Amino acid sequence: MERERAIVAEELVKHYREGVQALAGISFTVRRGEIYGLLGPNGAGKSTTVRILATLTRPDRGRAVVAGHDVLREPGQVRRAIGYVAQASGVDRWATGRENLLLQGHLQRVPPRELRRRVDELLEQLGLLEAADRLVNTYSGGMRRRLDIAMGLIHRPAVLFLDEPTTGLDPESRALLWTDLQRLRAEGSVTVLLTTHYLDEADRLCDRLAIVDHGRVVVEGTPAELKAELQGDRVTLEVEGDTGQAVRALAGLPGVLETVTNGTEVIARVSEGATAIPLLVTVLERAGILVSAVTLSRPSLDDVYLHHTGHRYRSEGDTRVSSLAAGATRRT
Amino acid sequence: MGQFASDTFQLLTRHVRTTLRIPIWILVTLVQPVIWLSLYGQLFRRIVDLPGFQVTSYIDFLTPGVVVMTAFFGSAWSGMGLLNDLNDGVMSRLLATPVSRGAIIAARVLHAALTVIVQSSLILGLGVLLGASFANGLGGSLAVVLVAALLGSGFSALSNGLALLTRREETLISVVNFFGLPLTFLSSAFIASVLMPEWIRAIARFNPVNWAVEAAREAVLGNDWTVVLGHASLLALFALTCGIFATRAFATYQRSL
Repeated sequence: MERERAIVAEELVKHYREGVQALAGISFTVRRGEIYGLLGPNGAGKSTTVRILATLTRPDRGRAVVAGHDVLREPGQVRRAIGYVAQASGVDRWATGRENLLLQGHLQRVPPRELRRRVDELLEQLGLLEAADRLVNTYSGGMRRRLDIAMGLIHRPAVLFLDEPTTGLDPESRALLWTDLQRLRAEGSVTVLLTTHYLDEADRLCDRLAIVDHGRVVVEGTPAELKAELQGDRVTLEVEGDTGQAVRALAGLPGVLETVTNGTEVIARVSEGATAIPLLVTVLERAGILVSAVTLSRPSLDDVYLHHTGHRYRSEGDTRVSSLAAGATRRT
Repeated sequence: MGQFASDTFQLLTRHVRTTLRIPIWILVTLVQPVIWLSLYGQLFRRIVDLPGFQVTSYIDFLTPGVVVMTAFFGSAWSGMGLLNDLNDGVMSRLLATPVSRGAIIAARVLHAALTVIVQSSLILGLGVLLGASFANGLGGSLAVVLVAALLGSGFSALSNGLALLTRREETLISVVNFFGLPLTFLSSAFIASVLMPEWIRAIARFNPVNWAVEAAREAVLGNDWTVVLGHASLLALFALTCGIFATRAFATYQRSL
């Protein structure tokens, strides 16, 4: 049983010195060979969780086991078994890609004879062969990111941590990286814990995911399960007038499961979208609220997020970003 | 132990490679001592005429002083490289591997020492080109290089320790600027200690930079090897103390994450 669980996090709690609570008892289990996602906005505690699992930060309370080893009691064993790719790249800019990989391989105790072959293999796989002997300083963001991932994989780790792997990448590099990760999953030899604040990324890449908010897991499941949990369709109504009044008018109508406001929109989750729309519009117009636009959609992770946290997903411009910015300086 | 040695070697290789890839750094390293030697050499040329000054050629006197001054300043900035690693996430990446923790500090200190060895040899050569003649020949010069390397190791460890505790470039810059020149001038780098005011001489006795200057000068010009050995032992002790400090600072840094 224990062998099937690549990562176990139990009730991890972490406060930073300034009293900011980063983790409020986060728990989850990652099975061997899966890509598991921690999805949440900046400041939700994703990076801190990964840093604890990678033995870089000590939790105040709780327990974590990675690849069969306790992170506090056997950090050395954990380090041999993991690859860690942080948000901040961590490659040496004044070395070439190959030099970076060779040093990393040495530090990860890859036997010298195997190392050269492994380096070539990774450079080839990640399309870096041509740039291998150029200084990393000349690499594009996407190339640097792929080198990061190659560094994390040099010693064929049992567990790979990817902290926000596509943040700051252009769409093309992002798509390329997704393909690489999907290939990695197909090989099935490594367990991946990925953090992201992109809903589409989590949806697309993760076998299972946990939505993290304020330092704890809010809900966990496969992307399909999470979306299926929200039955029915989503109807978004752009209204002119009081959205609060609109919500009250719609609540309790037959077939309406949930209603929430979002700016000038009212979002209703309904059991059957096609039949509900005329009813919703009529009821609102009778209440004197003009509907200027209606959209019908299947539930997305966005709705899952909204449903479980009570607020809409905002990856940027969130008020909690400020606490993370402080966290970022601390982590350096 | 084997792991420590090989990790240190690999990380040292990385630091040396980085240094060699900064051409402007190499240029400055070569040009600056020339400026010091020729500028101070001209500026203070007549100083040897003062009664009590035991040498007759100021360039003979000055060269070991410039060697030590260069070693001191160069290694005092050593912590900057470590701060870059902290800021770039390189340190986190290293700490998530089984790398020997001691090797991370040891490689930085050895890199500073190695740099000092190369610089010191060059400066001694330049001194000779500018007319210095060292009574004790090659043996004396080797001793100077060794003394400078000991001083460099100590200040490099100190600088790295400070970098780990403060984690801010600004702090390191102000500390080095604050102590740099005073420690140089509270030594006999430019002027014979017999000509120093009593209180400066008293302070200089506790100044590692002065230990190095006295030892280096005695090694090339003097004949009292007990002075060289005594000061070198003090410098070794200083380097060891700073090394322990840096290791402690590293442990504190890791705990604070």
